[in-house]
Amino acid sequence: MSLRYLLPALALAVGVPAIADAADPIRIGVIAENSAISGIAIPNAAMLAADEINAHGGVDGRMIEIVAYDDHNSAADAVRAFQRAANQDKVHAVIATYTSEVALALQPWAGRLKIPTITPGAASDEISKRIHGDYEHLKYNFHGYLTSGFLAQSVCDAAKDLLTGSKLKMKTAVIMSEDAAWTGPLDAGYMTCLPKAGLTVLDHIRMSPDTTDFTPIFNGIESKKPDVIVTGISHVGVQPTVQWANQQVPIPMFGISSQATSSTFWKDTNGATEGVVLQVAAVDTVASTPTTMSFAAAYTKKYGITPAYSGYTAYDDVFIIADAVRRAGGTDPDKMVSALEATDYVGTVGRVQFFGKDDPFTHALKYGTDFVSGLVVQWQDGKVVAVWPPAVATGTLRFPGFVKVAN
Amino acid sequence: MLGLQILIDGFAVSALYGLGAIGFTLLFGVSGVLNLAHGGILLVSAVVAWLLADQIGAYGGAAAGLLAGIAMAFATYLLVVRPIQRSRAIPHEEKEIFVLTGTLLWGIMIQEAVAYFTTTSPHTVRPLIAGVSVIAGVRTPINEILTAVLCWAAIGLMWLLINRTRAGKALLAASINPRGLTLLGFELQRIYLLVWAIYGVLAGTAGVLLGAFLGVSSENAGTLTASAFSIVVLGGLGSVGGSLLAAYLVGYLETITAYLISPSLRTIPALLLLVIVVYLRPQGLLGRR
Repeated sequence: MSLRYLLPALALAVGVPAIADAADPIRIGVIAENSAISGIAIPNAAMLAADEINAHGGVDGRMIEIVAYDDHNSAADAVRAFQRAANQDKVHAVIATYTSEVALALQPWAGRLKIPTITPGAASDEISKRIHGDYEHLKYNFHGYLTSGFLAQSVCDAAKDLLTGSKLKMKTAVIMSEDAAWTGPLDAGYMTCLPKAGLTVLDHIRMSPDTTDFTPIFNGIESKKPDVIVTGISHVGVQPTVQWANQQVPIPMFGISSQATSSTFWKDTNGATEGVVLQVAAVDTVASTPTTMSFAAAYTKKYGITPAYSGYTAYDDVFIIADAVRRAGGTDPDKMVSALEATDYVGTVGRVQFFGKDDPFTHALKYGTDFVSGLVVQWQDGKVVAVWPPAVATGTLRFPGFVKVAN
Repeated sequence: MLGLQILIDGFAVSALYGLGAIGFTLLFGVSGVLNLAHGGILLVSAVVAWLLADQIGAYGGAAAGLLAGIAMAFATYLLVVRPIQRSRAIPHEEKEIFVLTGTLLWGIMIQEAVAYFTTTSPHTVRPLIAGVSVIAGVRTPINEILTAVLCWAAIGLMWLLINRTRAGKALLAASINPRGLTLLGFELQRIYLLVWAIYGVLAGTAGVLLGAFLGVSSENAGTLTASAFSIVVLGGLGSVGGSLLAAYLVGYLETITAYLISPSLRTIPALLLLVIVVYLRPQGLLGRR
């Protein structure tokens, strides 16, 4: 080998930082469950955001590179992916998972390996409580989705306007949630805020996510004669919805139903979701912010379905990370954390700010009409129609014939 | 009222369990194969029926699901089971364990393929007849009644085929004494093909009906195999009557538990019963050996 070839090779081998750095891309690891609707939306949306940022010249000339990993919704797989992302693929930040159990398992690793990490879809209050409890170690974690407690609040706020304060004059409810980390604080929130909204809680059912036959559950609920079923479901969705419709359970379902946030849910349930009311962070038909509808349209064009709820937040998270890198002047993890803490960014779901070190929900999304408050939609004739808050509502509640409500 | 509800729901669920399990037990009785890809085959039938119902209607979709069940049964036999049975490299006494492992892996491949193409979300087949009917005060989906009727129709047809036709009697003979059958001039290969065809029809029907009644997701494949397997072990490996009896025992135990104790403890009493039966009567309730 002649010297002419040897020199560049040597330079490559030892690395020439001065040249490499200018073009060194900002690598964001994305860890999610690829075979779930709420999971695959995360890398899909992140790639869309990266393409847009790169098309506009990247961040200070550095391109965004998404490195995606499938965690099969397993905490062990997610931790391995995280280690690989940090040690081998040298990512500068991570966007991970819609499952609280997985997000909680990743928290210590984000601290140990000093990788700023945002979860776009997990909800458990534990995520931000732990950051608050051990700030020095866990400050690299950010909770990019509403905590379960705020989700419950959002549902109760809507219930007050739509169910008890309206002509429906509802008075009683049964809570039906799946047994998972995120529903613990959700149910606690429901138990406190539903009575305040005017709904007496008659029963509280936590079901196994493995349940396939919901007949006994609906039967038990019906015997309590509530006016509404308030739901907390995410890992289950299709089966309770279809069986609710097939068995013509005469009580409306209202609350959180994460799988129902994507357009595929209509086909997955053969239209049984007609009349189901659910809380969402954003939806393709409502301009919550100037970018909500354009993102949803671009996503639908590229992937053929509307984004699941986690898609909106994952898309925002890439911009939030890019913005933090720009303000931090690079990818130093501690500087990025400080920059992320100062985030004030209007994304697709609203105005994003994170709670600070001294708030009980450290690094969680701020909830409220000035920040992110979510909206409530109802499936009507194959589409989701916004019914709350009044400012964005494009329709009113309308239930299928078998549902008995006062009119 | 609650008693009647349990009676009706338990009947439909048990009929479905029975249909899912008798194909499994027949296959073992006649050809000695424990098909651990069973859940995967049910899953494919249901998913095909769900996918195609939009284009060709609920009945077309159901028929396509049934055909998919038959196709998957033959694929399992021709691609996985027969090559192992014919292999000269595998010692004869190890073939059973190879078939077990082969069908187990094949089942996992099917499950992962379905998850890849249609996500892990559950899918529900559009019911052939929508709506509900009130039986003595119990609101019952017509689809649930139809499920029970179709299950028993399929089981009845299988019984007629086995007991009233020449080919069926050969099947029965093969389950008792395959060597004797070959001495009489029957070709075992053709009998195996026939039993896999019957198995495909039963599994395809069970898959489509299960998809319409409760819905299936790729993550259920293992559970479906396990549930058929435990019903068959409970009833006695290879015994069709035992499997039906066990299906009704399990179905009603589960339904009673779900209604009277808690839906989340649904499967536990049936599993305890299985442990007790295996301990006290290892050949199963109506097993022969």
